[in-house]
Amino acid sequence: MNPHNQSIEELKQTAAQVRRDIVRMVHAVNSGHPGGSLGCTDYFVSLYFKVMNYSTDFTMEGKNEDLFFLSNGHISPVWYSVLARAGFFDVKELATFRKLNSRLQGHPTTHEGLPGIRIASGSLGQGLSAALGAAQAKKLNNDDSLVYVLMGDGELEEGQIWEAAMYAAHHKVDNIIATVDKNGQQIDGSTDEVMSLGDLRAKFEAFGWHVLEADGNNFELLLPALDEAKAATGKGKPVLILMNTEMGFGVDFMMGSHKWHGVAPNDEQLEIALQQLAVEQASDY
Amino acid sequence: MKEYTYTEKKDTRSGFGDGLLELGRQNPNVVGLCADLTGSLKMNAFQKEFPERFFQVGIAEANMIGLAAGMTIGGKIPFAATFANFATGRVYDQIRQSVAYSGKNVKICASHAGLTLGEDGATHQILEDIGMMKMLPGMTVINPCDYNQTKAATMAIAEHDGPVYLRFGRPVVPIFTPADQKFEIGKAVMLNEGTDVSIFATGHLVWKAILAGKTLAEKGISAEIINIHTIKPLDVEAVLASVAKTRCVVTAEEHNRLGGLGDSIAQVLATAHPAPQEYVAVNDTFGESGTPEELMEKYGLTEENIVAAAERAISRK
Repeated sequence: MNPHNQSIEELKQTAAQVRRDIVRMVHAVNSGHPGGSLGCTDYFVSLYFKVMNYSTDFTMEGKNEDLFFLSNGHISPVWYSVLARAGFFDVKELATFRKLNSRLQGHPTTHEGLPGIRIASGSLGQGLSAALGAAQAKKLNNDDSLVYVLMGDGELEEGQIWEAAMYAAHHKVDNIIATVDKNGQQIDGSTDEVMSLGDLRAKFEAFGWHVLEADGNNFELLLPALDEAKAATGKGKPVLILMNTEMGFGVDFMMGSHKWHGVAPNDEQLEIALQQLAVEQASDY
Repeated sequence: MKEYTYTEKKDTRSGFGDGLLELGRQNPNVVGLCADLTGSLKMNAFQKEFPERFFQVGIAEANMIGLAAGMTIGGKIPFAATFANFATGRVYDQIRQSVAYSGKNVKICASHAGLTLGEDGATHQILEDIGMMKMLPGMTVINPCDYNQTKAATMAIAEHDGPVYLRFGRPVVPIFTPADQKFEIGKAVMLNEGTDVSIFATGHLVWKAILAGKTLAEKGISAEIINIHTIKPLDVEAVLASVAKTRCVVTAEEHNRLGGLGDSIAQVLATAHPAPQEYVAVNDTFGESGTPEELMEKYGLTEENIVAAAERAISRK
C-alpha cells in the first residue's frame, strides 16, 4: 500500500512544497532543470503520495512493490524532492543538489547509493527499456506489482524508445504503465519546431499499446486517469499515458516556454516564485 | 618448450552456448537475451530448454542492453548476446549509462569478434571492442582462447557480481585447455616458463603463441608464454614477475593495437618496469572480406609474426 495515501487537499499542499523545493534547489546552484520538474510535480506527488505501493525502506529489487523509473533524468529536482518528502532520505540533503560529493547528482544515479533510485538516467531514451526489463523480471518472480516509467516527449525522438515500444507489445509486457510528459517543449524550442512528434496516440496504438490521455496538472483529473491506467494492466498490452502538462507549472513566468527547460531563477525571480508557491505550513529544507 | 596437443577443434562461441546451457540448469536466475542471432550465438539449446528465460529482442541491440540492465533489478543474471560489433560500438552509451555507471550485473556476450569472422568484412569485424569496454569503470573484460576456456569463463562470470564483457569468436580453433579447468577471473595462465622473452597473448592468438614458442625453442630462444584471458582486471603481478625475468615483451591479440591488451601491458611496463615491447595486433586499420586465414596473414596476426616480434623484442634489450 501507499505509505502516505494523501487526500487531494493534502496532495496539493505536498505539490506546492515540492515546487518550492525545486526552485530553491536549482536557484542554490544556479543550474538544473526547473521547467519539466515543475510540470511533472503533480504526477510525481500522485505516484508517491497516493498511487504506488511501496516501502520507504528501500531495496534495489523492491519485491512486491511498485517500481518507478525516470527516463528523462534531467528533471531530477522533482524526483529528489518527492523522494525526500516521501521519506527515503532527509529533506536537508536536498541542499546538496549538484554539489561536490553529493548523492544528488545533476542526473539521477545509483552510483552514489541514493535510496529510491534503481538505475542512472540522463542520456535520453534508455528508461523504457530498463523499466521493461524490471517488469519482465517481476513476472519471472511471480510478483504482480507494477512498474511505472516517465519519459519526456522530446525524448521520443530517440530511436531506442521505439525499439522498446515494439518489444513491449510483442512480449505482452502488461505490468507496465509508461507515461509521456507531453509539454510540447524541448531545449531548442517547441517539439513542433524541432521535430514534430505527430499523432502520438496513433503511433503508440499502432505499436500495440493501450493508450489513454491525462491532464498532468490537475489532481482531480490525473488521479482517475492513473486509476484507469492501473485497471488497464494485466490485459496483454503495455499501457501508455499521454500526460499533458505545462512546463514550469505553478510559476507564472516559467510557464509554457522552453526557455525554462534548463535555466535557474535569479534571487528576485526566486522570491516571486516562492510567493506564488505558497503553502499553509511551509517546511523548506 | 612444454608440449601442447589437441584432438579436436571447435569454435569458442559453442563454448559460450554450452556453458550457458549448463549454467541455466544450475542457476534459475540466469536469463538469456539475443538480438536475432540465436543460432550464430549457439543459444538454441538454452532457448529450447528454458523458453521462459530466453528473450528474443529482435534487431534492437540498444533495447537489449536496457532490458538486461532492468532485469538485474529483479535479481536476474542476464546474458545479453550478439555479434561483438553490435554488442559494443552500437550500444556504447547504453552500456555506459544503464550498465557500467549503474553497476548492473549484466553479462555482455560478444561473438564474431575480430577479423576471424571472415567474409562478412569490416562492417562486422570489430577490432576496437576491447578498448571501448576496458575504458568503462567497473567493467571486467574477458577474451578466452578455446572452447573449454570459453565454457568455463561463461560459467564463472555468473558468479561475479558486476558487469562483464565476454568476447569470443566464430572460427574453429584447437581445444588445448583442460575441460575441467577452474576459470579464475583476473588470473593469468602460465603456459610455458621461459627466460628470453615474455609473450602475453589473448583469445585466438594464444594457440598461435604456443606454435611460435615451439619455433623459437628450435632457434634456441626460451619464450615464456602467458595466456591473458582477462584483460581487465589485468594480472599485473603475473606480468611484472615475467618481465622481471625476461626483460622484454611481445603482446598478441586479434584487436587494434590501439586500446587492446598490448596497451594495457604497456601501461604497466611504463609505470613499473620499462622494457622493450613489440605488438602483434592490427595496425590501426579496418579489416576486409577474406577467409579467416587470409586475413590473419594479411593483417600480421600469425605464428610467424609472433616469432619475428619476439626476435625484435630480444634485440632491443
